[in-house]
Amino acid sequence: MTATLDVPAPVRAPVSVTRRYLAAGTFILLGLIDIFVFGLFAHRGDAVFALSLPGATPKLPGIHVPGALTAYLLGAISIGLGILRALVDLPRWGKRLTIAIALLCFLLALLAWADAGSSVGPLQVIDLLQGTLTASIPLVLGALAGLMCERSGVINIAIEGQLLTGAFTAAAVASATGGVWLGLIGGSLTGGLVGLILAIFAITFLVDQIIVGVVLDVIALGLTNYLYDRVMVPYANTFNTGNTFGTLKIPVLGNIPIIGPVFFDANVFLYITYALILIIQIALFRTRWGLRVRAVGEHPVAADTVGIRVLWTRYRNVILGGLIAGIGGAYLTVGSVGFFTSNISSGFGYIALAAMIFGRWTPLGSVAAALLFGFSYQLQTELSVLRVPVSSFILLMAPYVATIIAVAGLVGRVRPPAADGKPYVKA
Amino acid sequence: MKLELRGITKRFGSLVANDQIDLVIQPGEIRALLGENGAGKTTLMNVLYGLMQPDEGEILLDDKPVAIHSPRDAIRAKIGMVHQHFMLVPVFTVAENVTLGSEPVRKGPLGLPSFGLLDRRKARREVLALSERFGLRVDPDAPVEELPVGVQQRVEIIKALLRDAQVLVLDEPTAVLTPHETEDLFRIMRELREGGRSIIFISHKLKEVQAIADTITVIRRGKVVGERPPATSSTELASLMVGRSVQLRVSKEPAKPGDVVLDVQDLTVAGERGERSVRGVSFQVRAGEILGMAGVQGNGQTELCEALMGLRPSTGSVLLNGTDLSHSPTRVRLHAGIGYVPEDRSEDGLVADFSVADNLILDLYDQPPYASGIALNLDTIRESAVRQVEEYDVRTTSVETPAGTLSGGNQQKVVVAREMGRDVKLLLVSQPTRGLDVGSIEFVHKRLVAQRDAGAAVLIVSSELDEIYALADRIAVMYEGRIVAFRPPTISEQELGLLMAGSDPAGFTAPDPAGSTLPTGSTAPDSGGAPETPAPAQEPSSHE
Amino acid sequence: MSDQDEAEPSAAPYVPTATTTAQDTGAPGPDQPGGRQPLTGNAIIKAVTEGHSVVITILAGFVALLVGAVLIVASDPVVLRAWNSFGYAPGTAFSATWSSVAAAYSALFEGAIFSPGTISAAFHGGSIAAIFYPLSLTAFEATPLILTGLSVAVCFRAGMFNIGAAGQWIGGALVATWLGYAVNLPIVLHAVVCVIGAFAGGAVIGWIVGEIKARTGAHEVILTIMLNYVMYNFLAFALSSQSLMQAPGQTNAVAPSIDGNATLPHVGGPPPQVGVGFLIALAAAAGTAWLLSRSTLGFEFRAVGASPSAARSAGIRVERVWVLAFLIAGGLAGLSASTIVQGQTAPLTTTSYGTYGFDGITVALLGRARPLGVVLAGLLFGALNAGGTVMEAATGVPSDVTNVIEALIVLFVAAPPLIRLLFRLRSTSGAGPQAVTSKGWSG
Repeated sequence: MTATLDVPAPVRAPVSVTRRYLAAGTFILLGLIDIFVFGLFAHRGDAVFALSLPGATPKLPGIHVPGALTAYLLGAISIGLGILRALVDLPRWGKRLTIAIALLCFLLALLAWADAGSSVGPLQVIDLLQGTLTASIPLVLGALAGLMCERSGVINIAIEGQLLTGAFTAAAVASATGGVWLGLIGGSLTGGLVGLILAIFAITFLVDQIIVGVVLDVIALGLTNYLYDRVMVPYANTFNTGNTFGTLKIPVLGNIPIIGPVFFDANVFLYITYALILIIQIALFRTRWGLRVRAVGEHPVAADTVGIRVLWTRYRNVILGGLIAGIGGAYLTVGSVGFFTSNISSGFGYIALAAMIFGRWTPLGSVAAALLFGFSYQLQTELSVLRVPVSSFILLMAPYVATIIAVAGLVGRVRPPAADGKPYVKA
Repeated sequence: MKLELRGITKRFGSLVANDQIDLVIQPGEIRALLGENGAGKTTLMNVLYGLMQPDEGEILLDDKPVAIHSPRDAIRAKIGMVHQHFMLVPVFTVAENVTLGSEPVRKGPLGLPSFGLLDRRKARREVLALSERFGLRVDPDAPVEELPVGVQQRVEIIKALLRDAQVLVLDEPTAVLTPHETEDLFRIMRELREGGRSIIFISHKLKEVQAIADTITVIRRGKVVGERPPATSSTELASLMVGRSVQLRVSKEPAKPGDVVLDVQDLTVAGERGERSVRGVSFQVRAGEILGMAGVQGNGQTELCEALMGLRPSTGSVLLNGTDLSHSPTRVRLHAGIGYVPEDRSEDGLVADFSVADNLILDLYDQPPYASGIALNLDTIRESAVRQVEEYDVRTTSVETPAGTLSGGNQQKVVVAREMGRDVKLLLVSQPTRGLDVGSIEFVHKRLVAQRDAGAAVLIVSSELDEIYALADRIAVMYEGRIVAFRPPTISEQELGLLMAGSDPAGFTAPDPAGSTLPTGSTAPDSGGAPETPAPAQEPSSHE
Repeated sequence: MSDQDEAEPSAAPYVPTATTTAQDTGAPGPDQPGGRQPLTGNAIIKAVTEGHSVVITILAGFVALLVGAVLIVASDPVVLRAWNSFGYAPGTAFSATWSSVAAAYSALFEGAIFSPGTISAAFHGGSIAAIFYPLSLTAFEATPLILTGLSVAVCFRAGMFNIGAAGQWIGGALVATWLGYAVNLPIVLHAVVCVIGAFAGGAVIGWIVGEIKARTGAHEVILTIMLNYVMYNFLAFALSSQSLMQAPGQTNAVAPSIDGNATLPHVGGPPPQVGVGFLIALAAAAGTAWLLSRSTLGFEFRAVGASPSAARSAGIRVERVWVLAFLIAGGLAGLSASTIVQGQTAPLTTTSYGTYGFDGITVALLGRARPLGVVLAGLLFGALNAGGTVMEAATGVPSDVTNVIEALIVLFVAAPPLIRLLFRLRSTSGAGPQAVTSKGWSG
């Protein structure tokens, strides 16, 4: 007789009370800011959102909205969402949607306030979006690199070091050989090399992974500074000529209004990033390869017992991650400003980590988080152009404060791969 | 497939875990490996499965030597293993876990490669096919972490069968099953045997081994000390296991219960995922008595203990000698006179990196005489530790040794010494002798009885029926978060097993007859009618 | 960015069966063969504090210096040219290599420890005190590193990673600076008040992290990194606004100079002298040592660091420990700021925090999170920094190479198997590579 086991369905407790009210409270707070700060303090007049780049054809008409009123309206929406969250237990997609909408309202209200009645000119939306995307490239690539490592169970704090050394090598090689593609490859390989070192110390020598990561970052900074002072500065004509990639506009897609210039008219790094996001998302969650990687990251012993080679998988993933981070580093020089300067990665590697955690160790999630960061950098530039009376430093602080709030409030305890950071030791 | 282990020897430093072990298992045989904790059974099976390499000896399949250097080799040799701690990835579904390593992949369109895209439908079909064939009901799409333990075990078995295991090793499979589920497992084992497969069944439970095995191999301290048929007497088997004649029960005086010490009313506790693990439990424990909370692991006992200690939020009331501790933090409860021996001694009971001395003051470090104000009195701590180590016979080279290096039994002695060394009114002990050798078990049991006789109230939570029978003056049975019955220790194992499996319809939320006289027999009140006729048992269940 | 509906359980601690089974062979005797310990205990603690032999440290230093030498040589054009003509003048190549390295390292040594020239000068009537000048420079460089090292070490012992020493440093620096110029007090009192203020300023920043972690369970690595950036920007903001802390009349982002009464003097007559800051650092180390090993609070810290679950079951309030540990750590970082802000004449700028925060991490790692170790490691790094400046001045080798050497020392010290491999030492008991697990991201 076949045994059945009747287990009573677990009674789902309602959402942890604090978390639900925290989210609702945050939305209401944002809404209040929308109304009482952005609305009340807006200059009289309209905010203009310019939807085409100046000089582009065809030229789209800008969107004119009364600044203050818009802010009030958006604030009301946000408060409404807060009340909704407090009263109703939404499904997960509903929750994410409300967060996105509340954030959007806040940002639009901010922009409306900034540009209301502005004498400087309309808000360059395309600029803003384009800049967001490009600013996020190193973050996305860094986060993807972190993902590849952590999904297999190795913490990678050395992303910063990989970006930095990748940037250095890319600049040096591109300058020395005259070929930017060679620079890209060189940068990528350097990132992979750092990944290899991380792998050796973390996987084989069982050094604590956070320690290795931090040390590698320090070494990377010291090494690149040393070589910059010793080699790049005196021999700048050979090693630091500042070559960059040109932009590449995708035919047809690049001509779509608004979307075209933002998504399909940039240099090759953006397209590489698109490809990597897609590939990794599919590979990780829909292929055999991804299942095995995740098994290694969640329960390496189980993976081992079915014949998956745990250590080899980790090595491979860490090196691959390094290669990706190296591309991100290359972007910082040959993909953007061209010249290498000391500490050019300025902490992007750590922000990429935050984006990865934010994004719950998934490519798509990390992209969303990275875009948020990229957007705030761009916003800061845009707002200072509009001569918004807030210190640019305060604006620069915003993404970091936002991360802290998000990590503490809305996200709370995150759930990394179960064996993340734990070296695998066989008997 | 005939399996032979010849001269297997495995050493860990100076410890010889397996010593020249010879074992021959014919196809279609259920072989039990019987031995107490630490005898070397699991090590032997790890060698067989390629998780460890033997220092000497060889493995032969159908009289041909095989080299097994990793689980992959073992799987290829058609050896499957269901481990004591499951090898399942909690966040994966059943199908993903079962097919891991042999995942079916989709063919690309028009013969092009598909880069390993998973064929989930095929995986699902494969799992269901095996499930049907062997009567192992599972839902392929359920995330494993949400499944009860008995079902997880089925997943493990299916996993082995998917790879066409001809020799199946089951390592202590019944530790987490109700008696009913155990019967079910035995049925599956017999079916597999009919199909020509061999099964190696590792256990330290005499009765089960007698019930299911074709032959019993007894292992003690790394050596095979005997092979016996299942009809062998329990006493003989126990002596073989332990090497000396064993008292199967602790002798104790009848209890003399006093006033009510612990009064729990309507306690409800939420578990990890928000489900209600403990549902309105009420009971009392008196001074001078031992209340044994019986039940299969996973029915809320862990959460109950944690709630009683303030480690988990709860509703309801908890009174200790009249003082309301229902919302007090852990520290207050400890200082009010509760001694707590947690279920997981290495995680919760001890700080592995701390010395034995430091562990002995883990909950008293800020109290005189161990501290004056903010400063620790290191000398006093040391002297006190030396005394306690002596008194509780803790085998350690010094009190400064890290507690993590002690054996399981000695670690538990440290925890027990700490908790019983204080002036406690209530002792709350959870699975106190899990993983201990027989000597340590005896020691702990004696101490618990001694505390009882000194006037403490003792609440012991255990899934080992032997332990409950040995110690309890009264038994409460927990099932799915409720106490379903209170019984005297004279209750039969069959009835107790049924209650543990939830088969007593009359017994939900039984009121605690603590106020009444003790179970010397006559007036032990029963909350409901007599238990229903037990389901038709396939084998006689009791041999004592 | 999404909300958590059901309270997702944090990942269960992972216990590989292979070593668990060995643990089951529990009956015989207390001595477990190496690596058979149950996998409990926080191994950041283990990894950082496990006693390792002095030999390993020295050998690690040796290897690091070797790598440094390679760096020096590989970027020296003179040496490179000499190697280019290796074919017909091999001797030149070797001697060029040797002199390049020797010049750099001897300058390093002379800048940090002592210069033989001063000894002979002393015999000829020069100042004896000049002999000790390099050492006093070393002490001076070591001071802020010891303090940030202590800051990181305290958190390590409580099981947490304090990457935020830089931000806490800034907090202390802001308060000390403000108290330095905005308030007028008599001589000793002013300095003392500023020092206390620095401690408080750093402590507040640290407290923020601890409090957020305690209430929400967020991981301190992300919190501290983010807070660092917030503080970098806040510092720049404060120093760019006349209404805040920008020096009057300045367009640059600098603070006003602090009152002379508030500076930390040197003791011991004409230079070289020991700065009071160095004495503060030593006192702080002693205090931290007492706290950790002899106080009830330190007991709680260590218990929580080694096993939060056991600590909780024993009634220790784990969250409270987190908050206090970060509070104290922040205060120590603030003290580090005080020794800089009050110990030199230059006013506070947007880059004053330098690399003290991160260096604190490497110092704490090298010092195995023990106060005495931190002092020694701080002195070593101080020596390298002091010597590095002199080396750069004397031979043109950028002082960054000392940073690389420092980081390499830490890396090699943390990886004993590598060192043993390189030198074929037999495995000794103690710092085993086995069973070192980290707790990863889940708090």
